[in-house]
Amino acid sequence: MIINHPLLGPRDSSEFSYLGDAALLNRPSAKSETATDDFYRYQYLRDNPPGEHRELWYHEHGDRSWLVITRNMTTHAITKVELARDVKRAMIEASKS
Amino acid sequence: MRYSAFRIAIEALKGHKGWKPVWRKPEPKPDYDIIIIGGGGHGLATAHYLASKFNQKRIAVLEKGWIGGGNVGRNTTIIRSNYLLHGNEGFYEFSLKLWEGLEQDVNYNAMVSQRGVLNLYHSDPQRDAYARRGNAMILNGADAKLLDSAAVRKMYPFLNFDDARFPIQGGLLQPRGGTVRHDAVAWGYAHAADKNGVDIIENCEVTGFKIEQGRCIGVETTRGYIGATKVGVAVAGNSSRVMAMAGMQLPLESHVLQAFVSEGLKPLIDGVITYGAGHFYVSQSDKGGLVFGGDIDGYNSYAQRGNLPVIEDVCEGGMSLMPNIGKARILRMWGGIVDMSMDGSPIIDKTHIEGLYFNGGWCYGGFKATPASGYAFAHLITTDMPHKTAQAYRMDRFARGLMIDEKGQGAQPNLH
Ligand SMILES: Cc1cc2nc3c(=O)[nH]c(=O)nc-3n(C[C@H](O)[C@H](O)[C@H](O)COP(=O)(O)OP(=O)(O)OC[C@H]3O[C@@H](n4cnc5c(N)ncnc54)[C@H](O)[C@@H]3O)c2cc1C
Repeated sequence: MIINHPLLGPRDSSEFSYLGDAALLNRPSAKSETATDDFYRYQYLRDNPPGEHRELWYHEHGDRSWLVITRNMTTHAITKVELARDVKRAMIEASKS
Repeated sequence: MRYSAFRIAIEALKGHKGWKPVWRKPEPKPDYDIIIIGGGGHGLATAHYLASKFNQKRIAVLEKGWIGGGNVGRNTTIIRSNYLLHGNEGFYEFSLKLWEGLEQDVNYNAMVSQRGVLNLYHSDPQRDAYARRGNAMILNGADAKLLDSAAVRKMYPFLNFDDARFPIQGGLLQPRGGTVRHDAVAWGYAHAADKNGVDIIENCEVTGFKIEQGRCIGVETTRGYIGATKVGVAVAGNSSRVMAMAGMQLPLESHVLQAFVSEGLKPLIDGVITYGAGHFYVSQSDKGGLVFGGDIDGYNSYAQRGNLPVIEDVCEGGMSLMPNIGKARILRMWGGIVDMSMDGSPIIDKTHIEGLYFNGGWCYGGFKATPASGYAFAHLITTDMPHKTAQAYRMDRFARGLMIDEKGQGAQPNLH
């Protein structure tokens, strides 16, 4: 697989390591009343869908940036590559408004 | 039809015209007492034990493709019970004991071959870890032998013993481990279950569950609605997809694992060897091909095919362990979708939905578990209680902090 890095252009996927579902960016609050259950779900449960999947990859043998990649799990086709930091910032902005 | 040497002799005289299909091709009935979703090894074994050991009747196995087309026909056929942890080792040893009597039980030649599984070690700490694992195995009634490098050299003189970085110091041998002809396992269980009246329905994909007042009362399929008192799910890599239809989210990711077969060679390896310093394991089939594999590709996938970096990695592992295979050509390779769980161990449990049972999370190692998984699942479906060897495989163990993490990797499926 070739990953089109937003800063570096096309790179071989073997330069990256894979973490998992990008829902991991959405860490629950430890202060919530339901924190125990929230953290259990956050840590252990996954949608694992057969189609489109947003997932976290780390450019370990490269610029060490975290990426959010939208990839089809059945065809492996990658349709979107974003810097995780941009995605997370947008999430924070969205939660403010 | 019963298979026997006598039968072969009779058929030989009659020009082999009397053989019958190994199982019937029945039409689905409107309803069953028990429906098993997934005609892989685990689903078929479950049906067999339900009918033969737990006295259940009116059972169907629904398979979306054909019997043996999933992981049961894609794996590298290794069976063993060389686990460390409580909760695992007793279960896998129960499985190995069932393998030992399988062919008589199902009346089918599955080529169970206890040729020995040897895990190599390359350092002092690794030897200590293997000694500990061997002791855990022996405590659970399994067999284990710790070998030094001279003993390994006697078995496999061609290995790369004196490698500067990863010298072979010895190995942990399980003599009762070995290989089994994988698709014959599917066919054998199908044959035995069919003989006991189980309907094996191929080309029948389950597309939904009918759940009323918290109780599962049937399934929607591509061949119409089928009612059921109890439904057991054993769909391996498709677990998340199928259980999502019941509104459940699982502690699983689907990953692709590849396997490789070389051209036929003269007899070289009579057992199973695993490399302790890289991702490579190998055995030799009766036709002479080296059957080998390594690590999963490492990212979620439903594609049943892998990518090149892992092929390179596996071949490098092979070359580093046994440079003499360098000129052997790879004939074919393929991928299967494995259900990687959050602690690397499986789940055999009831769900919160009455009458709906789940079996999955077998990772890259569920072939060896096939008999015990089927037995324990049949026990659970019949009695609503976990089998004594499968008590640790509960759905809620992640919430309760009771993970069974052989490798100590934490909740990161691609590292198990
Ligand atoms: C390359 C490879 C090598 C392996 N090597 C080993 C090994 O050496 N030793 C070992 O112990 N294990 C090994 N494994 C793991 C082992 O093969 C699996 O853990 C085990 O086979 C899974 O159980 P199963 O046989 O029931 O799965 P499968 O055979 O995959 O059965 C599941 C079935 O469910 C069906 N299904 C899915 N969705 C639906 C639906 N909606 N409706 C109806 N049917 C459905 C599928 O078509 C499939 O036939 C390996 C796996 C792979 C991929």
